[in-house]
Amino acid sequence: MEVRKVKTIIHGLNKAFESRIRLGIMSVLAVNDTIDFNALKEFLDVTDGNLASHLKALEKEDFLVVRKSFIGRKPNTQYSMTRKGKAAFEAHLNALEDLINRQK
Amino acid sequence: MKSEQNYIKDLSDIRQMMERSTRFVSLTGWSGIMAGIYALVGAYVAYRMFYSGDEGKFMTQMSDKPETAIILQLFLVALIVLALAIGTAIWMSARRAKRRQEYIWNPAARRLVVHLSIPLVTGGLFILILVLKGMMGLIAPASLVFYGLALINASKFTFEDVKFLGMAQIVLGLLGTWMTGAGLILWAIGFGIMHIVYGIHMQWRYER
Repeated sequence: MEVRKVKTIIHGLNKAFESRIRLGIMSVLAVNDTIDFNALKEFLDVTDGNLASHLKALEKEDFLVVRKSFIGRKPNTQYSMTRKGKAAFEAHLNALEDLINRQK
Repeated sequence: MKSEQNYIKDLSDIRQMMERSTRFVSLTGWSGIMAGIYALVGAYVAYRMFYSGDEGKFMTQMSDKPETAIILQLFLVALIVLALAIGTAIWMSARRAKRRQEYIWNPAARRLVVHLSIPLVTGGLFILILVLKGMMGLIAPASLVFYGLALINASKFTFEDVKFLGMAQIVLGLLGTWMTGAGLILWAIGFGIMHIVYGIHMQWRYER
């Protein structure tokens, strides 16, 4: 019985958020309407390539949308969270909370 | 499967990222202390210009021309105090940000500046109109009230403690509007002593 309950909670944990970088991206987007690539890079302290691949993965899940534009001649990429992403992130947070409360 | 420790770490990471990306925390207590000292010196200079010594009497007796000269001088003093305070704050924040390997001009800083500026620019224009209309007694309290509103508005994007500093400024400003004669002393308390108290509090709370 106990085991099954824990299992259903684990199910609530989203596989997409297993990486700490993805979790970080979602945390930043949860409190910022939009954020550009460079700011994200600074907050998370990761390399360009690493961040780009994680962003792509989240984009594939439809958790975030990308808007590309130019400021002068420099390309500027803005990210924001979709409604689906927000729901998934909240479910993930709830699952984390449950797990911790259970183990207390 | 991850362990409990890992989940707790996840949650604390999430929390930290949310904080870091919305709040500007490179401000140091020392900037507050320095701003307070500049303000106290400025208030003393203003006081000397207005009230004390023979020179002051001389100025008030010959009230046809020197009025504007005094106002100009007061403006200059206020401007120098403001420039020194802001300059010190930026310089110290930049130094701290560099030490922590962060950019000072991140989205949180931008939001802080925008939310500070709206009430401050409004207040600046308001005071300019007061000057033009000759309502000198209201300048000091008006600057306190608008500065307080700016701090409260910006407190969501930096340390929460700033909100209480803002409330104190508003109370002092309203008090000064009521007791016009005490404008300068209340200004000195607000911009001088309150900044120093705030700076010491921040240094004590976050830096130890």
